[in-house]
Amino acid sequence: MPAPRVGVLSLQGDVREHLIALRAAGAEGVPVRTAAELATCQALVLPGGESTTMERLLRTFDLLAPLRAAIEGGLPCLATCAGTILLAREIRDGLPGQGGLGVLDLAVRRNAYGRQRDSFEAGLAFPAVGPEPVLVAFIRAPRIEAVGEGVEVLARWEGEPVAVRQGPHLALTFHPEITGDPRVHRLFVAGLGGV
Amino acid sequence: MPAESNGHATTGTPRIKRGLAEMLKGGVIMDVVTPEQAEIAQEAGAVAVMALERVPADIRRDGGVARMSDPARIKAIIGAVSVPVMAKCRIGHFVEAQILQALGVDYIDESEVLTPADEEHHVDKWAFEIPFVCGARDLGEALRRISEGAAMIRTKGEAGTGNVVEAVRHMRAVSQGIRRLQGLRSEELASAAKELGASLDLVRETAQLGRLPVVNFSAGGIATPADAALMMQLGCDGNFVGSGIFKSGDPARRAKAIVAATTYFDKPDVLADISADLGEPMVGIEISTLRDEELLAARGI
Repeated sequence: MPAPRVGVLSLQGDVREHLIALRAAGAEGVPVRTAAELATCQALVLPGGESTTMERLLRTFDLLAPLRAAIEGGLPCLATCAGTILLAREIRDGLPGQGGLGVLDLAVRRNAYGRQRDSFEAGLAFPAVGPEPVLVAFIRAPRIEAVGEGVEVLARWEGEPVAVRQGPHLALTFHPEITGDPRVHRLFVAGLGGV
Repeated sequence: MPAESNGHATTGTPRIKRGLAEMLKGGVIMDVVTPEQAEIAQEAGAVAVMALERVPADIRRDGGVARMSDPARIKAIIGAVSVPVMAKCRIGHFVEAQILQALGVDYIDESEVLTPADEEHHVDKWAFEIPFVCGARDLGEALRRISEGAAMIRTKGEAGTGNVVEAVRHMRAVSQGIRRLQGLRSEELASAAKELGASLDLVRETAQLGRLPVVNFSAGGIATPADAALMMQLGCDGNFVGSGIFKSGDPARRAKAIVAATTYFDKPDVLADISADLGEPMVGIEISTLRDEELLAARGI
């Protein structure tokens, strides 16, 4: 089977790290900044970064509608941190008028752990990727405060969901892509087999 | 599910410090002096704001000693926006840095734009929980700052001039320095390290990566969307824009255009579109008209 072609939304954020992690997971990662580029991809990563910046750029360059249509049409997404905010049904503590793609049944609060001094790394139990904990970074991370019925929780931190799956989508509040452990990307890429 | 087999949380690690800068890549960090300006910057799509008492153009005009901003001003700006807030301390002034950390700023810029407090030593940045960004004019400066614990580098450029020529010079110097390292044999890297005043490990890592081991933004003189795109095409990871926005005729519009230009830096048709009708840019300064003692980039090498 040829390597699946996975876009990384490249408006802003840690695109490079996701491209590297995708390659390590056996996929072909390609930067996506236009609807035409999006149309060539089998799946999409929404990276970490500043959710308000990405949302403003999606709006300015009329990308919200094509992106939403692609996801609703079945384009699997892997979202980390800001990416999860963009996909959530409800954004708490967003900017006035900050609306995302609204495709995951989640309520997410921005910067819910505090400021940069509260950012941390830790080994996270993540049974879906294997018995060994995944080393992950929570950087000015959001919190998933509510999940809908169709959402499966894959990992928790202090009892709260930090990694969830809804249909073909994986959404995380942390960054597996900056620690060099490709298992979460492998899980996502493995799920693309039937796409 | 065995949620309790999670490990312990560790804050302030190099990965966490450098990680925030990774998240800022492809974005614009804007100098602001009031909460109102911070809101305009955030609304325009800034990935972070730099809280200042005066923008560099005014520091240049007013003269005198430029210091860390009033904590009340920094707090007000932190309270006004949800994007990360950075603030500047003087080179070597570790107590200003301690105060900024206590205020909860997200990044400290140990900056040549302020009057240096120590002519020999920079702040020991490893000693802090929050990350630092430092200016550099060439590869040696960049690697020395990283050795001291900087988690992000920016070119110095010549702040407050609205003239991009020095930012270009410094970005090219860093890139050329890295390309030169990549052409050296293993045993030659040792003497290169000595020349650069940096550790051999760091020099090796840089040669292997073909880039700095931390994020590298450009700064110092960026005033137009074309300037921002130029710096991106020269290989920087994002842009700091200081006086260029709030010293221009229509800050909100220009800020938004510079954000877009940093994302679509290699698409001239988009750049042509977003560069139109932005009003007056800031008035620039020709570098050769500055006296040596007016050049900020020569501070803290």
